[in-house]
Amino acid sequence: MGALNRLTMAEAIDGLARKEFTAVELTEAHIKATEALRPFNAYITETPEVALAMAKASDERRAKGGAGPMEGIPIAVKDLFCTKDVQTTAASHILGGFKPPYESTVTSNLWRDGAVMLGKVNLDEFAMGSANITSHHGDVVSPWSPGEPGNWSRRIVPGGSSGGSAATVAARAALGATGTDTGGSIRQPAGFTGIVGVKPTYGRCSRWGIVAFASSLDQAGPMARTVKDTAIMLRSMCGFDPKDSTSVDMPVPDFAAALTGDIRGLRVGIPKEYRVDGMPAEIEALWQKGVEWLKAAGAVPVDISLPHTKYALPAYYIVAPAEASSNLARYDGVRFGLRVEGGNLKELYENTRGAGFGKEVRRRILIGTYVLSAGYYDAYYLQAQKVRTRIKWDFDQAFQLCDVILTPTAPSTAFGIGEKMDDPIQMYLNDVFTVPVNLAGLPGMSVPAGVGADGLPLGLQLIGRPFDEETMLKVGAVLEQAAGFKTEPPFVA
Amino acid sequence: MTYIQGETGDWEMVIGLEVHAQVISNAKLFSGAATDFGAEPNSQVSFVDAAFPGMLPVINERCVEQAVRTGLGLKAQINLFSVFDRKNYFYADLPAGYQISQYTQPIVGKGEIVLDLPDGGSRTVGITRLHLEQDAGKSLHDQHPSKSYIDLNRAGVALMEIVSEPDLRTAEEAGAYLRKLRSILRYLGTCDGNMEEGSMRCDVNVSVRKPGAPFGTRCEIKNVNSIRFVQQAIEYEARRQIEILEEGGSIAQETRLWDTSKFVTRSMRSKEEAHDYRYFPDPDLLPLELDEGWVEDIRLTLPELPDDKKARFIADYKLSAYDAGVLVAEKAKAEYFEAVAKGRDPKLAANWVTGDLFGALNKAGLEIEQSPVTAGNLGGLIDLIADNTISGRIAKEVFEAMFETGEKPGDIVEKKGLRQVTDTGAIETAIDGVLAANPDKVAEYRSGKEKLFGFFVGQVMKQTQGKANPALVNEILGRKLKG
Repeated sequence: MGALNRLTMAEAIDGLARKEFTAVELTEAHIKATEALRPFNAYITETPEVALAMAKASDERRAKGGAGPMEGIPIAVKDLFCTKDVQTTAASHILGGFKPPYESTVTSNLWRDGAVMLGKVNLDEFAMGSANITSHHGDVVSPWSPGEPGNWSRRIVPGGSSGGSAATVAARAALGATGTDTGGSIRQPAGFTGIVGVKPTYGRCSRWGIVAFASSLDQAGPMARTVKDTAIMLRSMCGFDPKDSTSVDMPVPDFAAALTGDIRGLRVGIPKEYRVDGMPAEIEALWQKGVEWLKAAGAVPVDISLPHTKYALPAYYIVAPAEASSNLARYDGVRFGLRVEGGNLKELYENTRGAGFGKEVRRRILIGTYVLSAGYYDAYYLQAQKVRTRIKWDFDQAFQLCDVILTPTAPSTAFGIGEKMDDPIQMYLNDVFTVPVNLAGLPGMSVPAGVGADGLPLGLQLIGRPFDEETMLKVGAVLEQAAGFKTEPPFVA
Repeated sequence: MTYIQGETGDWEMVIGLEVHAQVISNAKLFSGAATDFGAEPNSQVSFVDAAFPGMLPVINERCVEQAVRTGLGLKAQINLFSVFDRKNYFYADLPAGYQISQYTQPIVGKGEIVLDLPDGGSRTVGITRLHLEQDAGKSLHDQHPSKSYIDLNRAGVALMEIVSEPDLRTAEEAGAYLRKLRSILRYLGTCDGNMEEGSMRCDVNVSVRKPGAPFGTRCEIKNVNSIRFVQQAIEYEARRQIEILEEGGSIAQETRLWDTSKFVTRSMRSKEEAHDYRYFPDPDLLPLELDEGWVEDIRLTLPELPDDKKARFIADYKLSAYDAGVLVAEKAKAEYFEAVAKGRDPKLAANWVTGDLFGALNKAGLEIEQSPVTAGNLGGLIDLIADNTISGRIAKEVFEAMFETGEKPGDIVEKKGLRQVTDTGAIETAIDGVLAANPDKVAEYRSGKEKLFGFFVGQVMKQTQGKANPALVNEILGRKLKG
């Protein structure tokens, strides 16, 4: 057995249970790894003291015989989750210095089950972005970037918006991390960094205490290095929460127990509309390989059609900014966070919001305000909602024919920081395969499946039926096994 | 129809009212925070009310129940499916930057209110809709020379916005509408209707037209906080509009304010400056779906409402429409009356309650609940009249003492020695004395001047300090004068 931070979460849980090491030792190893990771700017706030105190408490609980399902497991928390008395920024200047007096439901659930918080990781500002280059706290660099840390020959993006989570987990500086996924913000960075990311069904995880981006699309989920680890972590994260009206009152399955490896007879849908123009041949080939792997395991590939796919991205870039424009109205300098004074109330608003929000956030607030305005509402917002209904219907029809859907996660490998930056549309196209899943509220996940010609990871996406994460994860584990993705990034902490 | 006389002839007002009625509930519409009036500023604010990051609204079932109860009381359609929308605008006392309201799909649809008119008649006014929404906080601009203070105690409190059809035609009707609506809300226990505390507020839409012409352009007068001000604002606004129209001008659709010191309406913002609220369904809340059985259960718990009570008072107690209307206007008054009338002459009871009691309360500035005279004691007084213990005239005196001291009528009669004299011997003695002292008047009477009878009665009553039973006095006096 190597360094403690090289373990998978499942291995670490076993090791702790067998008393091979303590939670404090495991945590110390990860705190060291976190320090080594610093050039990558993955963290906004490191909380080593909190981590050690939690690890110590965990060891004490275990000594008394009360170990939770994630007892003693150090994880990183996307800085979109409110954590009590620990600065929560959403990677925005406008929340600067904000220390929530409450803990989000998802992180509360994780601490309840014994997990240990290493700190708050970087993201795109308010989770708006696909490359983690819109953070007020600076870009996150992927551990897949070639060259010495801080002196890379090419700075690769980790994807976004959960870029800090992805970078930290890929670099072995945390056993897992929480992410949130509004249009692909868990799956795309997971795909870009060669880890597993799961966005559960809308309503599985409580949104209470997560800084809102687009309420009807936002969903928290786990990011880890194996499918099993995400299954373990998802179980701790989700569950009904009466404080979130959109949370669903359903029993939480033992997701890890669903990973039987037996997918014989399962029908895997292959949507023809996901063969988009200009998609690199290597992605097409990997996708085909994925079909073959699942077929070899006894699954049955089925051609399906999701005819409204091409409308998903435009609809998403209406619905998400519309909700965001309203959700972000509360950042006004009156009650918390940044305040830039002005001569009157209007000036206070303009000064605070002008200084507090970055360019991409301002862009989306403007788009959202526009599409909800009198005279434009019907043409944009209402039309987008109709598209959304059609997309849901597409998936409903497809799931009559198949049990799970296989697609690429993103239309390319990770790109370099500074590339794709001049045209926001180019950046938005990164979400083309992930966005429909959010619009339909379905569970989706990215599984590392190979590397591109540039040596960077490629992921495959699985999409499940609503609240059937178990089937999706089961297929994901088989895919993971068959792909045998073992490549480590150039930097491992 | 009551028209306003202008230079160019008659004008008709068209008035519609939007009433914001604060729901009686212990907690706010979407948070668990308390709703008590008059608490320390910012002492009843949850993180949801203050719109902290990541906070989410959860609907308060009690508030929904109150809205449904009100809808049923207004004989309105209850929408089993309704939707909460966000109404977006920036203001310092609106923490989230949006108000959660209901826009296209309110919880309650069309209903009606029957107005009781001063002549005893009635008129039905349509209710367009009732929807649930959050209240905003309060901005205090007079606490500091350059800063405003914000109190969020009210932020998030549940309001019912009750919108009338433009069916009202006079300021008096608008007043009658508000009084009736308030009465219904109080009967239902869904809003306390205290306009001075702000738990019932009114936006007034006013336009004028020549009788029979199409609706004119309306102005909305925001946030008027008493029935008197509503009526004054309507009168002023209608005359203002008529003056403009008669001078050849046109009305600009705008929002106006009622200036309570100058008694004028003032422009607040024009149509061009009106907010674009960018309504859209609140993605944090699922559509509100009600179970029909649940609604029916609420219907079964509705109290008897003013209209039904009035009809019953007219039918059962044979009261006039006017008296019945006065008595049912407040539930407590109706209950008081019924307690007095029970087992007694209802008309006599109604006269005492609406006449002497309400008059005295009004003069003393007291509510029925504060009446020094209990219903039991007023009933006791009526009983004393009925069993000839006191006369009607003495009863007035006893009532005054009761109102002053709160004592029982029997005790006052005993203490003051007001018991009516029914001893025929004593009355005869008194009469004999009066006749003996006025031989000339007796002679005049006997020679045909019969209107002197009243003089003799008066003298006898004077002799007996008013305690002689008037019927006995009449009878014996008549007999003796005949000789």
